[in-house]
Amino acid sequence: MDDLNEKAARRRKISHAVEIAILIILFICFIFPFILVIINVFKTKADITTNPLALIGEHGFTLENFPEAMRKMNFWRSFANSACITIFSTIFTILLASMTAFVIVRNKWKACGALFGLMIASMVIPFQVLMVPLVSLYGGVLDILNHRATLIFMHVGFSLSMATFMFHGAIFTNVPIALEEAATIDGCTRWQTYWKIVFPLLKPTIATVAIIDAMAFWNDYLLPSLVLAKKELYTIPIATQVFYGTYSTDIGLVMAALLLAMLPILILYMFLQRYIVEGVTSGAVK
Amino acid sequence: MDTNSMSYKSKQFLMFAGVTTAVFAAVVIVPFIYGLYLTFTSWDGISTQKPFVGFANYAATFADGAYWQALGRTMIYSVIAVILVNVVAFILAFLVTSGVKGQNFFRAGFFVPNLIGGIVLGYIWKFVFNRAFVALGESLSIGALSTSWLATTNGAMLCLIIVSVWQYAGYMMLIYVAGFMSVSADVLEAARIDGCTNMQSIIHISVPLMVSSFVQCLFLTITRCFMVYDVNLSLTKGEPFNSSVMAAMHVYNQAFTYKNYGTGQAEALILFIVCAVVGVLQVYIGKKAEVSA
Repeated sequence: MDDLNEKAARRRKISHAVEIAILIILFICFIFPFILVIINVFKTKADITTNPLALIGEHGFTLENFPEAMRKMNFWRSFANSACITIFSTIFTILLASMTAFVIVRNKWKACGALFGLMIASMVIPFQVLMVPLVSLYGGVLDILNHRATLIFMHVGFSLSMATFMFHGAIFTNVPIALEEAATIDGCTRWQTYWKIVFPLLKPTIATVAIIDAMAFWNDYLLPSLVLAKKELYTIPIATQVFYGTYSTDIGLVMAALLLAMLPILILYMFLQRYIVEGVTSGAVK
Repeated sequence: MDTNSMSYKSKQFLMFAGVTTAVFAAVVIVPFIYGLYLTFTSWDGISTQKPFVGFANYAATFADGAYWQALGRTMIYSVIAVILVNVVAFILAFLVTSGVKGQNFFRAGFFVPNLIGGIVLGYIWKFVFNRAFVALGESLSIGALSTSWLATTNGAMLCLIIVSVWQYAGYMMLIYVAGFMSVSADVLEAARIDGCTNMQSIIHISVPLMVSSFVQCLFLTITRCFMVYDVNLSLTKGEPFNSSVMAAMHVYNQAFTYKNYGTGQAEALILFIVCAVVGVLQVYIGKKAEVSA
């Protein structure tokens, strides 16, 4: 009997070791591309071309790629554009979607049902179906492309459905109606009840929506590339493209640009990792 | 105050949902309907005239061989990528829930590609395939690696699949992790007492109880793969010889590069319908397979 237990224990130990080994190998495969960028970003262009796998190039450690890359992709300008667009789009999405969800959950009006139904149905429409009419309407008819505000407006419009859906679920399950009734009896209007009672209770969902949408806005490429055609309005994903437009690609600059494009979000991830992972999962599971 | 009056109701609705309704209509509903109208016009993107052409755009779509090729290619790519993404994600989820040390660290690490936009990911891998793999092939004299995979027709597709698997596996892993967690320990304990091996309890207990996770992951991967654009653009740009142009890229080119907006819109619509049918069918079949403990 002891012998059997020992055998089982040993087998468990071995399978455990195998699992860890597989995990580590897969992990290395997963971060390998990032490591390559990081080791090459500190090399000269010539060193990257001769041996992209070497840890340190023949000409040694250099930072020369960064200033040139930052100048060429207009880094701070693009960063400010991306940040401004992401922040405002996220704030508007949260405010509008949570208010809408509130009125939809608490009232059985036809307009509420119709709006919510349309929003749910619209979630299956991919962006590609809307891009031509958007350009045609906002570019051809209204002529308001090339403004950050237009992009923010569109970002909000596209993300409202999903956000409203998530707030709908949160209000439905987590906000006790008795609390609202108490506020009404104390003399609150619906508007006051919403801002003083309901909105503060939605904090976890606000965090989830903020994380999901902010990441989507920050990384979005296709919509910004259609709306923002002027160089001074470029966001970071669009700006990384400038290195590939010319005939010869300066690979050193590309490495620096890619690292710069990733860095802001990776730094945030280091601090907010748990919230981001949780937020994305709870957003997907709904 | 009469809370049943029409004016109260409309005031309340406008106060809370008025702006949302307006923005949503302006960005999604109106363009969608306008897009349907555009498929019956020929517009070059510049002129103010949008001549009505009836079904000519749909006829052009059916005659557009490159479009159907791209659509077929997208299907092949999607089938392979969807299967691989989910297999890898499932294995990852199993490994990071088996109680190894530092599983949160691993989870966080596998998720990293999802933080970064497709454009940047594509450029990173372009460097990996074009330079790093080639250098590795040359130094170890592995023939298969010594020329860039991106330079050949099948190679470019393979690269696109590899990047997609790498990109989405971490995300789907999180959903499968949630699935694994939702299988109650009691059931697994009972299975173990009845003599199930680890493998058997995964196949016969966990997997059937996780069908909803599978449905969800499959839906997400199918819709994403069908609409792949960013990675396609930065990694292969459709090359070599347009052999890796996916459907979404073809639609983009048709509309914005060749200025056939009407045809492009018709092609986008058909792509959407194909994708929606496949996605909904998958959910419908999956829901039927769901069981509860």
